[in-house]
Amino acid sequence: MSRVTRFAACDRGLIDRVTGFISHLRLNGMRLGIGESSFALESLSVMDAFDIADVRRVLRPVCTGCKDDVERFDSLFDAFWLDSGRVRTRVSCSRKKENSVPSLTRGLFESDLSDTGQIRSTQTISDGDGDVESGGIGRLVGSRVNSLMRKDLRDLVTPETIAEAERVAQKIGAAFRDRRSRRRIASRRGEQLHFRRTIRKGLSTGGEILHFVKKRRPDRTCKIVVLCDVSGSMADYSRVFLAFMAGLVRNNGQADAYLFHTQLVRITEALRDKDMLRAIGRMSLLAEGFGGGTKIGESLYEFAMTYARRFVDGRSVVLIFSDGYDTGDSTKLGDALSRLRKRGCRIIWLNPLKSWDCYEPISMGMVTAGPYLDLLAAAGTLNDLMALEPEFAQL
Amino acid sequence: MLTWTDLQNSLREVGYIASDDLSVALQLSLVLGRPLLLEGVAGVGKTEVARALANAQDTRLIRLQCYEGLDAAQAIYEWNYQRQLLTIRAAAEHGETGATVETRIFSNEFLLERPLLAAITQEKSPVLLIDEIDRADEEFEAYLLEILSDYQVTVPELGTISATSQPIVILTSNATRDLSDALRRRCLYSYVDFPDHDVECEILDTHHPGLDARLTRQIIGFVRKLREEELEKVPGIAETLDFAAALAGLGVSDLTENPAALQASLTTLLKTQSDRAHITTEVSQRIAGRAA
Repeated sequence: MSRVTRFAACDRGLIDRVTGFISHLRLNGMRLGIGESSFALESLSVMDAFDIADVRRVLRPVCTGCKDDVERFDSLFDAFWLDSGRVRTRVSCSRKKENSVPSLTRGLFESDLSDTGQIRSTQTISDGDGDVESGGIGRLVGSRVNSLMRKDLRDLVTPETIAEAERVAQKIGAAFRDRRSRRRIASRRGEQLHFRRTIRKGLSTGGEILHFVKKRRPDRTCKIVVLCDVSGSMADYSRVFLAFMAGLVRNNGQADAYLFHTQLVRITEALRDKDMLRAIGRMSLLAEGFGGGTKIGESLYEFAMTYARRFVDGRSVVLIFSDGYDTGDSTKLGDALSRLRKRGCRIIWLNPLKSWDCYEPISMGMVTAGPYLDLLAAAGTLNDLMALEPEFAQL
Repeated sequence: MLTWTDLQNSLREVGYIASDDLSVALQLSLVLGRPLLLEGVAGVGKTEVARALANAQDTRLIRLQCYEGLDAAQAIYEWNYQRQLLTIRAAAEHGETGATVETRIFSNEFLLERPLLAAITQEKSPVLLIDEIDRADEEFEAYLLEILSDYQVTVPELGTISATSQPIVILTSNATRDLSDALRRRCLYSYVDFPDHDVECEILDTHHPGLDARLTRQIIGFVRKLREEELEKVPGIAETLDFAAALAGLGVSDLTENPAALQASLTTLLKTQSDRAHITTEVSQRIAGRAA
């Protein structure tokens, strides 16, 4: 662990190593540019950082930008400078010529990827061997066990579906408008005087004000928070929603995304990764246990008690994709939704089963949730979602 | 040149105990003239950093509290419209021409300085605290980027006002929303967490030097245990200091000796009704017993 990395003899000292470190961080998904490399060097030189603890302290504020980054920084730092986690040095050395990126970092990243590669399961969604039979009379049971088989979401979500979903997400995002902005902009049909413009206009008529310029509150987009149920009973539909989430988060800087099954995971940071395939790879690592039972109540309660406090306010719309089949305690669900409600957000529940003929929301989960929802709608495909746009706009 | 340990010591002298990481980040931002973004939950002393830094550097603290809907008029500058209107009226009566009135009413005299403009027009570099930046909206972030990169403000009627001195900028965020990447990249970043047990004791000791050492440890132990309970609002450092002051005021020398007094002083720590209901006398006694 504490062995210091031995760099190749041909490397050109500090500059190479620091730029190497920055590209190591970049390869691991941190959003850093060229500017950061020179800034890191500058910082190290002005701070006279000689021992490793100082270097770590200096580079941390320079290279990180959010809490997630801070949490990962230490292990990435150790991996690069202290030689931990290095796998197969030889392989990476032979690659040196092909790429200017320091070999070590390559080796590290690839070992990471192959790791996720191994868990790629052969089960595909079209097999239909989940808990769902897609016929109208199918019996649905929430499975009580955690799924031991880890499913790779890269099998489910392809870049093409995401591209399609991005368009839908953009439309849906624009549909939620909030008309309670506090800032005002100039507008012909405004309700307040725009003093600055009025006076400037008045100057042209010798200080006599003949034309009044008005201002009004503009429409604002809402913050969308999406929670997607990825339990076994939702397996047939998750793909659509996952693509939708990826599309939404990638082109709406305000959106926020979570997965839940028996636990809750925030996947927003992972989805923001520039490389789309890696984003989905990271998402699938986070969604461990995907395809097992559901604890909707507990997951939503956890959400309401933790993330919702920071991210959900009166300007948010919470979208929940779930079929409402809960293996946990359904009173917890009511508690969670009432807490969410208190934060002033709008709650929309999209249930894929609702599009079935003679579907009645009689599962315990849906009955408890009912009173707290602003809208309960059916959505199983991207087109369904698209069709909901006018309804969203009315909320 | 001053090192970060010197900075840490000078902060300590004005009553702020900064962690090593935070001191290095502050020192970096001082030396390189970059803004520092501090993130962390409410109550870990983010705002206090700026106040202490201004004290330690013996300079002015200019504070901009962000809120939803904050715009340039409240953050950068605003024209004094009422005076402008009066001046135009008066000028018309004296038969002044439009051109001279215009130059007069759009001069410094009629300009109301708001915090951001004030910060770049000081003689000595002030500490500019942009508090709770996550509450302001994205448009405001964009304004801020312009000012933070060039340290100049453009007033269409007056021209560009450049900084006479570059302020030391500290931004704080409670992480209620993700800030834009552009802003994050412009800033140094430090995540401020609750300090560890010993540091917290030291903080309490600096602010309430008269307190018995045993009680100090008890108080900190109690608050730290309390943070582990399921609460709506976790007590921060400022609350802990109030709590200590309340206990000192009530003459308590041991948390377990007087349950009623302890329960009464909990008002300084628990700020919602459900938290109060959750921490009953039995619970607080149990926690106090464990903390002792």
